[in-house]
Amino acid sequence: MPFIPHTKADVASMLAVVGAADIDELFDEIPANLRARDSGDGDAAGLTEMETLRRMAERARADETGPCFLGAGAYDHHIPSAVWDIAGRGEFMTAYTPYQAEASQGTLQLVYEFQTMMSELTGMDVCNASVYDGGSGLAESILMAVRAGERRRTGGRAGSRPRAGGSRRVVLAGAVNPLYAAAARNIVGQQGIEISQLPHGENGLADPGLLKDLAEPPAAVVVQQPNFFGLLEDVDAVTDQARECGALTIGCVNPLTLGLLKAPADWGEGGADIACGDGQPLGIPMASGGPSFGFICTRQSLVRQLPGRIVGRTRDLDGKPGFTLTLQAREQHIRRAKATSNICTNQGLLVTAATIYLSLLGPEGLRNVASACHARTRALVAALDLPRRFDSPYFHECVLRLDRPAQPVVEALAARGILGGLALGPYFSDLADCLLVCATEKRTARDIRQFSDSLDDAVRKAA
Amino acid sequence: METIFDLARAERRASAQVPARESIEDLPESALRAEPPGLPEVSELQAVRHYTRLSGNNFSIDTQFYPLGSCTMKYNPRGAHRAASAPGFLDRHPLAPESVSQGFLACLHELQQILQRVTGMGSVSLTPMAGAQGEFAGVAMIRSYHAARGDTGRNQVLVPSTAHGTNPATASMCGCVVREVAVGSDGDVDIEALKAAVGPETAGLMTTNPSTCGLFERRIEEVAAIVHEAGGLLYYDGANLNAVLGKVKPADMGFDVLHLNLHKTFATPHGGGGPGAGPVGAGEVLAPYLPGPMVEKTVDGYRWMEPPETMGRLSAFMGNAGILLRALAYALMLGPEGMRRVGEFATLNANYLATRLQHAGFDIAYPDRRACHEFIVTLARQKRECGVTAMDFAKRLLDYGVHAPTTYFPLLVPECFLIEPTETESKETIDAFVEAMTSVLAEAASNPELVRSAPHTLPSKRLDDVEAARRLDLRWRPAHASHRSDPSTSG
Repeated sequence: MPFIPHTKADVASMLAVVGAADIDELFDEIPANLRARDSGDGDAAGLTEMETLRRMAERARADETGPCFLGAGAYDHHIPSAVWDIAGRGEFMTAYTPYQAEASQGTLQLVYEFQTMMSELTGMDVCNASVYDGGSGLAESILMAVRAGERRRTGGRAGSRPRAGGSRRVVLAGAVNPLYAAAARNIVGQQGIEISQLPHGENGLADPGLLKDLAEPPAAVVVQQPNFFGLLEDVDAVTDQARECGALTIGCVNPLTLGLLKAPADWGEGGADIACGDGQPLGIPMASGGPSFGFICTRQSLVRQLPGRIVGRTRDLDGKPGFTLTLQAREQHIRRAKATSNICTNQGLLVTAATIYLSLLGPEGLRNVASACHARTRALVAALDLPRRFDSPYFHECVLRLDRPAQPVVEALAARGILGGLALGPYFSDLADCLLVCATEKRTARDIRQFSDSLDDAVRKAA
Repeated sequence: METIFDLARAERRASAQVPARESIEDLPESALRAEPPGLPEVSELQAVRHYTRLSGNNFSIDTQFYPLGSCTMKYNPRGAHRAASAPGFLDRHPLAPESVSQGFLACLHELQQILQRVTGMGSVSLTPMAGAQGEFAGVAMIRSYHAARGDTGRNQVLVPSTAHGTNPATASMCGCVVREVAVGSDGDVDIEALKAAVGPETAGLMTTNPSTCGLFERRIEEVAAIVHEAGGLLYYDGANLNAVLGKVKPADMGFDVLHLNLHKTFATPHGGGGPGAGPVGAGEVLAPYLPGPMVEKTVDGYRWMEPPETMGRLSAFMGNAGILLRALAYALMLGPEGMRRVGEFATLNANYLATRLQHAGFDIAYPDRRACHEFIVTLARQKRECGVTAMDFAKRLLDYGVHAPTTYFPLLVPECFLIEPTETESKETIDAFVEAMTSVLAEAASNPELVRSAPHTLPSKRLDDVEAARRLDLRWRPAHASHRSDPSTSG
């Protein structure tokens, strides 16, 4: 009986205490017809751990590839060995949500440190203890902005009852990750909130001028930095224009790039109002896209609209500092139908890894990793010798144009063991001949040569 | 209470983690930050020691018993963790072509099938990233179904008054109105109240079975018939599936859609708050609306697919893929036979513990009912007689080295503990818990102040929640450094 410690003698003595003849009798309140139906599963015993590992390792091996030049929201960065040695400790990995604060000071202090680090990276006042991923982070940020808009209309009094009247529309300015946008649409659409897309310009960037032409102010403008094409947006202009038309600015950011790039709180005259994104670049394996974590940072004035758990520093009975979950009146287990979100389980373990990662990298490490990613991508773009689709400055991803549909080329490269980027056709119909490539600090000159050497052959094969 | 920031010194670094700085002169100045972010500057050893020390300030399954009702804190097999940590899985890019993803897709397909068999649902989508997101998918699917039939007036979601907070919160997030249905004195849904609540506005009913009272809803088929006759659909919150795993299938009870909490029933670790995974299963009526992507098997191998009327994706990629792999490894190690034993031994442990606590003088909330995998103890009498609350009792249990049970939930039982021992705990552990409870009971009578001021043996004494919310301190600032302990005592 895997993972069940009972001996026959245990079972007999426990049944005697309960006063039941056998275990089946304990199910006697369940209508017989529900129990009687054949499970249809047979009675096969499970595999041993060795057999299980063998089966799964064989499958895992089948998916191993050569160098990865795919990005688009998941990035192949180096992860310091200490990150998962420590995050993987049973005391972190098998702990529950820190509702019993005195028995969870380790996790609580760590989350407080995480909140501090994310606030430093984004320049914001507060950060939550995670949502699921970049997509849900964007969705929850949009819901926050809409609630905040309703509240502003009522004069912003604390505890005032939000009423209809704020805008239930949000605009995406330029190239926001289409997978985040799709997830966000599916989530906020249930409440009748509309997300509309303002097209990117010929330079691949958001056009702040389009915001001026909006018939009525949206609740928020979303801009991604670097954008989905890897390009650096003029976030100052977008943020200022959003403010001009009475909308909040939601900055969707890659936290690793904030080692170098301007913090969202410093965008434009007044700064972005909400910064969200996916924490995967901070010490988390790509692992098919999950688990990673989403984060939301914001101004102090919006903290009561923030979804998810938040840790605060307080004192114990002896006056000693300690940590506890706070502002729980926003959350589903207290507020139920009136909660800011239904989120309960979050992505705590990944926050643990990211906190250790940021401690090990420090300000200089993060800046240098970001600069190395940029340098490798520049080298890649030079080596591949393909025309760039957009001529704006890029960070660590770049859109290159082929003279044919990109998808078959990606397939042909994969057959050679190279993940050669993302074919953009499925996401942007006018970019079907375009490839979004990325090189992180892990890509060597040899990896890049392997890609460029294989490209001609792959292009011919795909023809 | 030293933080990582207290350990930091300017220009100290973990140099092995810092690559050389590369030129960024081609980037526009206006896009760059003027000042580096205020991240800690520490050595690698300092970081390792600091976070290792913090880990020691946690209770965890690996170190303590967690009789936490509705949370199913069972053993998290290391083998499942290792299986999901194979390099081919960890390094797989989420957008890698199908041609180089057959191993991963085979795993997902196998898990879809296992979950279909266990729940009796015809289709399973694995993408929701937690129970609450699974609930969201389920309610959104129910809405799509009604909308597709032109049945646009159905905006009410019914939940029993004992429901988890996520149920009403999810219904709101889906733009629905929540209507609570009373629970009778026997713990089952009040059938007359349900009949009065259903109508042309009913979108559906969300419920667990066993309920959050730890009781099997005996008239579940009647409940299903009432909701279905009124034109609504039934949502099964899988939070309590561990109780009946391998014994009863939610589809047979009349449910149309459900989610499972793989971080409960399928033993994936809770991670100090997450990640989880909340796959959604649906019968024929709702299967077309499931979220994508799902995996199908074709003659050419495995491929991604979207159900015909899919509600679309809820995450950027494939949900919490790594958790799905752990759940698969766990299911493979159990096999169908082991799966059935989960429900059996979870139920045996709960009934044994309930009986022993009753004999020790505790009040069980539903003494005439059979406990499922969890049950409720009410400390209302102790509060009246000794002035010791359930919260005091919970904090004192921490001193005995056991995590407190779930307190003050469900809301309808005063001063309650919801207790779930799970199947992976031995009789000895359960007996030790009974002894701890008995000792605290005696202390509550003889020295109530000792209990009221607990815990006494942990790194912190009772923490002040009220102050935390009143004077928000959500991030470290340099001013905090004045509280620093003597640096000579630090690592």
